[in-house]
Amino acid sequence: MADRAQPLSAWPGRTAAIGVAVLILGTLCAVALRAEAGRGLGPSDWAALRFTVLQATISAVLSVALAVPVARALARRRFPGRRILIALLGAPFILPVIVAILGLLQIFGRSGWVSQVFLSLGLPPLQIYGLHGVVLAHVFFNLPLATRLILQSWQEIPAEQFRLAAQLNLGASAMFRLIEWPVLRHSCPGALAVVFAICLTSFAVALTLGGGPRATTIELAIFQAFRFDYDLGRAALLSGVQLILTAGAALLALRLSRGGGIGTGLDRSLKRWDSHHISAKLADVAWIMLAALFLLMPLSAITLSGVAGLLSLPDAVLSATLISMAVALASTAILLALALPMAAAVALGRGAMIEMSGILGLAASPLVIGTGLFIVLRPVADPFAWALPVTALVNAVMALPFALRILVPQARAVVTRYSRLSLSLDMTGWQFTTIVLLPRMRAQISFAAGLAAALSMGDLGVIALFADPDIATLPLQIYRLMGAYRMQDAAAAALLLLILSMGLFWLLDRGGRHHAET
Amino acid sequence: MLKLESCTVTNSSFTLRADLQINRGARVAILGPSGSGKSTLLEAIAGFRDVSSGRILWKKSDWTDLAPGQRSVAMLFQDGNLFPHLTAAQNVGLGLRPTTRLSKAEQDTVDTALTRVGLPDMGARKPSELSGGQQSRVALARALVQQRDILLLDEPFAALGPALKVEMLDLVAELVMETKTTLLMVSHDPEDARRISKQAVLVADGTAHAPTGTETLFANPPAALRDYLG
Repeated sequence: MADRAQPLSAWPGRTAAIGVAVLILGTLCAVALRAEAGRGLGPSDWAALRFTVLQATISAVLSVALAVPVARALARRRFPGRRILIALLGAPFILPVIVAILGLLQIFGRSGWVSQVFLSLGLPPLQIYGLHGVVLAHVFFNLPLATRLILQSWQEIPAEQFRLAAQLNLGASAMFRLIEWPVLRHSCPGALAVVFAICLTSFAVALTLGGGPRATTIELAIFQAFRFDYDLGRAALLSGVQLILTAGAALLALRLSRGGGIGTGLDRSLKRWDSHHISAKLADVAWIMLAALFLLMPLSAITLSGVAGLLSLPDAVLSATLISMAVALASTAILLALALPMAAAVALGRGAMIEMSGILGLAASPLVIGTGLFIVLRPVADPFAWALPVTALVNAVMALPFALRILVPQARAVVTRYSRLSLSLDMTGWQFTTIVLLPRMRAQISFAAGLAAALSMGDLGVIALFADPDIATLPLQIYRLMGAYRMQDAAAAALLLLILSMGLFWLLDRGGRHHAET
Repeated sequence: MLKLESCTVTNSSFTLRADLQINRGARVAILGPSGSGKSTLLEAIAGFRDVSSGRILWKKSDWTDLAPGQRSVAMLFQDGNLFPHLTAAQNVGLGLRPTTRLSKAEQDTVDTALTRVGLPDMGARKPSELSGGQQSRVALARALVQQRDILLLDEPFAALGPALKVEMLDLVAELVMETKTTLLMVSHDPEDARRISKQAVLVADGTAHAPTGTETLFANPPAALRDYLG
């Protein structure tokens, strides 16, 4: 297209993109300059690297292996509650990690439900801490994601293929070989890579369920070097290793996966003729029940154990709640201020560099950015006084890739459809933004805002790095309560966090949709 | 007078040449096979497409480098002529000023225009609550309040049924007569062209030819038009 006129300028988006790139790459440089490369990696650093890759590999393989039968069952069965279950598969994305961990502890922990059953049978209780605990939590978070990714490509098999297969009277194994296997071969590597990349940067899970020399991830090792040994050089060196690892994995994941995961359109169920065997039916029912139980039990456990203490929460929890709300709202505002101009600039077709800078957030680790910001801030200010603004900023940057994926397609559609009409009415810049662009993007903006608020609300990352004993967000406060073995209070606070995160998401997302017409 | 002085417009796939004049107040149909560049010609006049050489002049002013909103042109597109989230009145009001909050006097202007196109009391409705024909009328009302010298129609009524289309064309003819607006209208249908325009520009083989009488053109069509008409 040789169109010259555009209703908007791309420079605010470019500025935002440059700001994000400077933040991520600048903190990286700060870290790199501090790193004492000559010293090399010590034995414990190598152990952390090995453990990081090992747990991510096992988590990815297990998540995807379990996701295949669940996705298959969901793809070929219709039952009441199917849509709700599929929507629920999206929930772990915004579920605060610390809440899920507490829930998992109450089911699979030493004195959890499963251990109680074991004890009554005369068996030893489950041991959740260590590699298997970390893997368990990762599977809890990523099984739903992998299921959605695989389900999506499954749904893309044209209905005609199943009709043809029925015509040819293909049996289950022929069906799998000819139709399902090609799809899986296409979608599984992407799902594996995405889950692997996510598990590499896992911090909160390793912090709570891992630890010790045999179960420390690099992210956790950065935290320990920083917090316990105050060894900036080592933290920086580990950050460098982490960055190479995550950037590599993120590139791999981007190459192998083709979007999806948080998209819609997953609630279509295909009409199939090959699944009427009683064994196939039973297997599908079993898989769906198991997956639903695995996802719902920890949340039910938190609700049951937390509800009693909800009205008698300690003051520290209440003040942490207020802090968390403020951080979440600030983070949402920062996110929108970055993502909207960037989405608009991408929609104008000036986007390659801007999209790259948005994706950087996927490769960057929050603790690496946090460490870098600490190094940069220390000469000019007290970094601990900046704990909350830094948390809000880093949370916003981490949510940016997802927000862009939500906002860009609609921004593109609006610009394509309405820029000529707007130009002919002499509406440009601010007028185009307020009269056309923002109103037309309302649903997407609220969705992105809800996501950002919930992610920030539940984040336990940078704040752990920076916070002093007097200040805490709600997730950090829950972690401290757990550390003090005040499990009643922890459960009640976790329930509060769960309600607030989901509530904030629901409020923002629904609020925006409410009046959005046509 | 609208003058295209040895203009070339380059679209990714082809180049359109135009060297022609259109008199003030004329009603001109733009005819030609699909893909010949009829829309490209309108887009160049409206300012959505750069001319790579030549000049576009209206009366005494040079439009070649003016932004679309600065040319005295109102244009109706094939679709997407209204903003779905704004009411009919707000959509019309945008023709006066890029704002959704109008003064009392401006609101009166909008109401008058809506009444003129046959939609009194429909101002509060959203486009989704209007029929296709009514939506076209709202877009025409906006063109009316814009008070531009030239009205460009890029087949905005293509999706309407035959009777409704004729009705809209008659309304357009009335309005441009009243306001002495110059009309350029892309058309696929020779009947449309005959109905409201005495002159026609043939766009074929990469060239927009100078306007000739519509009847003359149809009575003795050049080869390109003959192939198209069948």
